[in-house]
Amino acid sequence: MSKVSMVLNGKTVSSDVEDRTLLVSFIRDVRGLTGTHVGCDTSQCGACVVHVDGKAVKACTMLAVQASGSDVVTLEGIGSATSLHPVQAAFREHHGLQCGFCTPGMIMSAVDMINRHGAGNLDEATIRDELEGNICRCTGYHNIVKAIKAASDQMAGMSQAAE
Amino acid sequence: MYETTYHRAGSVAEASDLMSKADDGKVLGGGQTLLPTMKQRLAAPSDLVDVTKVAEMNGISEGDGSVSIGAATTHAEVASSDLVKAKLASLAGLAGGIGDPAVRHMGTIGGSVANNDPAADYPAALVALGATVVTSKRSLSAGDFFTGMFDTALDEDEIVVSVSFPLIEKGAYAKYPNPASRYAMAGVYVAKHLDGSVRVAVTGAGQDGVFRVEGMEAALAANWSPDAVANITVDANSMLHDIHGSAAYRANLVTVMAKRAVKAAG
Ligand SMILES: Cc1cc2nc3c(=O)[nH]c(=O)nc-3n(C[C@H](O)[C@H](O)[C@H](O)COP(=O)(O)OP(=O)(O)OC[C@H]3O[C@@H](n4cnc5c(N)ncnc54)[C@H](O)[C@@H]3O)c2cc1C
Repeated sequence: MSKVSMVLNGKTVSSDVEDRTLLVSFIRDVRGLTGTHVGCDTSQCGACVVHVDGKAVKACTMLAVQASGSDVVTLEGIGSATSLHPVQAAFREHHGLQCGFCTPGMIMSAVDMINRHGAGNLDEATIRDELEGNICRCTGYHNIVKAIKAASDQMAGMSQAAE
Repeated sequence: MYETTYHRAGSVAEASDLMSKADDGKVLGGGQTLLPTMKQRLAAPSDLVDVTKVAEMNGISEGDGSVSIGAATTHAEVASSDLVKAKLASLAGLAGGIGDPAVRHMGTIGGSVANNDPAADYPAALVALGATVVTSKRSLSAGDFFTGMFDTALDEDEIVVSVSFPLIEKGAYAKYPNPASRYAMAGVYVAKHLDGSVRVAVTGAGQDGVFRVEGMEAALAANWSPDAVANITVDANSMLHDIHGSAAYRANLVTVMAKRAVKAAG
């Protein structure tokens, strides 16, 4: 057992967990934040993507204790039902989902790629390349890519027609 | 995953000490290979020694005619390093083509070379560039370090500290990625060294892991052009064959990737 402490969505949290506890289990089962999903559980699908110290990582492929001392942000930490993050708003606007299971990871990866490339600097090819580690089992990529492009452009202050 | 005990090392000396005291310890880099293996219960180390916070194993620096990369440096850091992009652009490109962004944020060069997956990208770079692997005990040439599929010269408790790459005249890496995993089906790194010698290293295709193609090296030393390697083939009998591709297919890919790499190097 180890005491795992981290800043989770801006709040300092601390719990005693087994060293083998995955970060995604810590987030979902220990902290009760179920926005982060477990899809394949084999490091492939990206449904569990969260940000650790500002970088997108697969929470099913990291131990909670590895993230001890870090700043962790999950889907719940980027926006709220009354005040959506621009990427969340764009996913709603462009219907960037079908069943919605992959959406949390898609949104967290989208926010990460916009941070790295700079808002307004994403073209379709780059977005598709950057989404390598996020799988949509419904194969609804088209609207996801559209949503990310729209959010990126909107965040850059470029006015972009909604359609 | 079976139970394990996690330790975070603050120095190479502390990591070595923790490893020697552990029953069945394993070094933990980015965990992008080790944790999936533990989840499948194919590995069950009693102790994990996390080396990613060790200062002397992090970062990229320029030496005399070389670039040294700490073993705990992530693929994303190598890919985006201004120093690597300026001095060894082909290496930055290779790192940026590993897996996906989340894997690159965690996976480390030390973990990749210590694992020596036959489909991993870095082994081709180390062999083609003639890199030196610096460990907690010694320095090894890349040729001596990689000893076969998933096998290296590392002792059980030996830790990769850094990898030093000599600067080259020119080089490039071309990979045909598995469309699902992004691991190499065949990846060829060609490098023209400052003394005029050429090295061609292949990953993803060989049954014994990374290997050199001497015929291509000689041909390119005489005539650096894609045509020089166009008719040189590797023996399909020593290629991997699996659900992703037959041995003959992989042998063909090696020649195709070699041509592309030479063309990209210019
Ligand atoms: C979805 C996915 C796609 C991937 N695609 C690719 C790809 O396209 N190309 C590619 O090359 N790789 C790929 N990888 C593998 C990835 O690059 C891994 O990060 C890498 O192979 C292992 O590095 P790590 O730091 O994560 O090591 P870990 O998983 O932590 O460790 C791997 C092994 O190395 C040992 N080890 C780690 N660090 C050291 C050290 N400093 N000294 C001694 N031993 C050490 C560990 O004990 C363990 O045995 C992929 C992985 C995933 C999950």
